[in-house]
Amino acid sequence: MGLTRKSTGAAVDGSELIIKKSGPDDRVIALAGNPNVGKSTVFNALTGMKQHTGNWPGKTVSNAQGEYLHNGKRFIMVDIPGTYSLMASSVEEEVARDFICFGSPDATVVVTDATCLERNLNLVLQTLEITKKAVVCVNLLDEAKKKKIHIDLDELSLQLGVPVVGTSARDGKGLKELMDEVEKVASGVQKTFPPRLAYGPEIEGAIEALLPLAEPETEGIPPRWVCLKLLDLDPTLQASLAKFLGRDLADDPAIQDALSKIWEALKEKGITKDTFRDLVVSKIVERAEQIYQLCVSVPSGGYNSRDRKLDRILTSKATGIPIMILLLGAVFWITIVGANYPSELLSTGLFWVEDRLTEFCLYLGAPGWVQGLFVEGMYRTLAWVVSVMLPPMAIFFPLFTLLEDSGYLPRIAFNMDRYFKKACAHGKQALTMWVVAVGMRFSRLPASSSTDNHRHGPFPDWAKRFRSP
Amino acid sequence: MTQDTPKPLNTLPIGQIGTVSELVLHDSERRRMLDLGLVKGTQVTALQKSPSGDPVAYFIRGAVIALRTEDASKILVRCPA
Repeated sequence: MGLTRKSTGAAVDGSELIIKKSGPDDRVIALAGNPNVGKSTVFNALTGMKQHTGNWPGKTVSNAQGEYLHNGKRFIMVDIPGTYSLMASSVEEEVARDFICFGSPDATVVVTDATCLERNLNLVLQTLEITKKAVVCVNLLDEAKKKKIHIDLDELSLQLGVPVVGTSARDGKGLKELMDEVEKVASGVQKTFPPRLAYGPEIEGAIEALLPLAEPETEGIPPRWVCLKLLDLDPTLQASLAKFLGRDLADDPAIQDALSKIWEALKEKGITKDTFRDLVVSKIVERAEQIYQLCVSVPSGGYNSRDRKLDRILTSKATGIPIMILLLGAVFWITIVGANYPSELLSTGLFWVEDRLTEFCLYLGAPGWVQGLFVEGMYRTLAWVVSVMLPPMAIFFPLFTLLEDSGYLPRIAFNMDRYFKKACAHGKQALTMWVVAVGMRFSRLPASSSTDNHRHGPFPDWAKRFRSP
Repeated sequence: MTQDTPKPLNTLPIGQIGTVSELVLHDSERRRMLDLGLVKGTQVTALQKSPSGDPVAYFIRGAVIALRTEDASKILVRCPA
């Protein structure tokens, strides 16, 4: 066999992501989780300012890495894309799966949402099929508590066979414990025993038939999982696996032969490609349901009735759109009106400095073009840009974050989806449009006013209209 | 309680509960739905229509999920008559 990526010792094989280790004792931790479970809050809380971002090699998916010290050891945390699944039906899922599988992290943390654990367990169970070295972080425990959802973390840990830590990352609660467990799992002090998911006689039989052929070839990737994916005829995984191993298992004549025989037998039993996947996913979903019922108790009524009422108001036919326009309008208005005051202060201050600079030039006896170029050209433009752009941004982005945290943004997407679909877009883009519109309003200002010869403040007339008396 | 023949999820009246009986979808679209927990036997509650009537929000396995009519119509459910 030729040189594989593993034997050549690339830092992170398969994904080809460059991770800067400062020493051999550094541990690489993958941070996985569904979208919107506070994964980035956990990431930010642990790594603080020591982060850098980029893209995954060859993919338009952003990647963030950060590091933290715990008990004197350095941990490098790789924030992998938030996904609901690792079945690779999107680029994000492919990236996430490939990193957990082929990036050989020392441990994988799966962040889950305590308020909707059943759905999140899907990803946890899929992750545990790929790697045993995992820690489950049940985040948003504070919100779950508010909704009177109780989660038995010990039972959950017992069922999953890996450490489970409850956190409220926003308040920094449970993070130390999480770092402790991650350290133990990464160093191998804490052994983990995720139970194997049984997929029923047909699929188990198929796996068993393939296992002896594939097992010697998988180089540390769980052979059972590899067999399952080979049987699933998953092309994206086969490509990644081939890259990792340096050869394509699916091209191996013995395996190819076995695969076609197994599939023939499966087809005789009435199993098609679709039903095969159904069986696999159903088992995972069933298991998630089982674990959920063992570990979580919710108040009767299920879906929080207060949320329900609020949703009815925020997204109904009569009130949904008017409320949306009012809310977004209010943010816009606060941004414009609120920005006037700091903007005026800034421009007064900065133009006072300009006058001093002009005096300084006169004092030095500098030629007119020097003053024109540096003071009236460069400095004045900069002063305008800063005094016009900075205040609205400093107001708009915090307000936007507030909307984001309140969970209102998905409701906007829900309200607007139909209209955007007509333009071959989707509701999520409503917000991008809105943010861009707000941004353009402000970025247009300096350009229009800096062509003006007379200095009359940074505001064009339309913006002045918004000023309070 | 009798069970009628399967009908598309988008025809499920708001407030009603249906049980998934079949997905008329293939490949990645099918996977998407399976990932949402929409396997055979899953209970789905129609919660709320959006202002334009499409998409509709459903309660599926502890989560509120919005599905467009074009997707929901390919999920067949049975509901108590």
